[in-house]
Amino acid sequence: MKAAVVVFPGSNCDRDCAVAIERSTGAKVEMIWHQEASLPDGLDLIVLPGGFAHGDYLRCGAMAALSPVMRAVSDAADRGVAVAGICNGFQVLCEARMLPGALLRNAALKYVCTPIDLEVTNGQTRFTAGYAGRREVTMTIGNGEGNFFADDQTLDRLEGEGQVVFRYKKNPNGSARSIAGIVNARGNVLGLMPHPDRAFEEELGSADGAVLFQSVLASA
Amino acid sequence: MKARVEVFLKPGVLDVQGKAIEGALHGLGFPDVAGVRVGKTIEFELAGADRAKAESEVKAMCDRLLANTVIEGYRVEVA
Repeated sequence: MKAAVVVFPGSNCDRDCAVAIERSTGAKVEMIWHQEASLPDGLDLIVLPGGFAHGDYLRCGAMAALSPVMRAVSDAADRGVAVAGICNGFQVLCEARMLPGALLRNAALKYVCTPIDLEVTNGQTRFTAGYAGRREVTMTIGNGEGNFFADDQTLDRLEGEGQVVFRYKKNPNGSARSIAGIVNARGNVLGLMPHPDRAFEEELGSADGAVLFQSVLASA
Repeated sequence: MKARVEVFLKPGVLDVQGKAIEGALHGLGFPDVAGVRVGKTIEFELAGADRAKAESEVKAMCDRLLANTVIEGYRVEVA
């Protein structure tokens, strides 16, 4: 099992992601600087971590989406490699048009940082199969622009196709239809605002995030 | 030439900053204010003399970077 964590200037959860993946799965994790135009061979998972890539300038994730590494990430996704964007990484995936929709300023204009209960809306994905039918999990969120937005037609399609993977039990930021995480049509690209990397062992309040990494690497 | 791009959230996309400013303006004693929208302006120099070409280039910049057309609309002026 082999995973990569992409590091943008301003990423701040890259180390957390690496430690979370290593401890929960034993996978070898490589850190990939955003200027790299290619990725190591044989990757089973690529993670775009949380943080403030390029200072959130212009829009969260806008500049990062144009990084040389993102072309390689998109090519890898086209080959079926699993890609997970967490928080800022979710914003990057939307800006790169690898996932539909966008993340807006939180409805209450507040940065929210709290443990949060999530419904596993689709337990059949590569990222959620390990929850083995569990419908409720806990992770933490930390975002100021986590308010998922897409037009109604896109939201209907996401819901109809089972692409909504996680939903907030109690909506913390105004996200459309309480959506916390989605996958692409093929099911190998996940974007989520909650942090599995901050919930990978009981000492952190929850180990539910570890299951996500275990699921995707077990399916590899 | 000088290019000027204005980017705004599309109508129908909740502009929470606009809402907050509107509330503050009401509090300041301007009750007639409605529909506040917050946008941004991006200005830059562009070499060349062909205005039509410049305009279509700036629009391409908007579609690819300066605006996120999922949530934002834009206006371009080239002079």
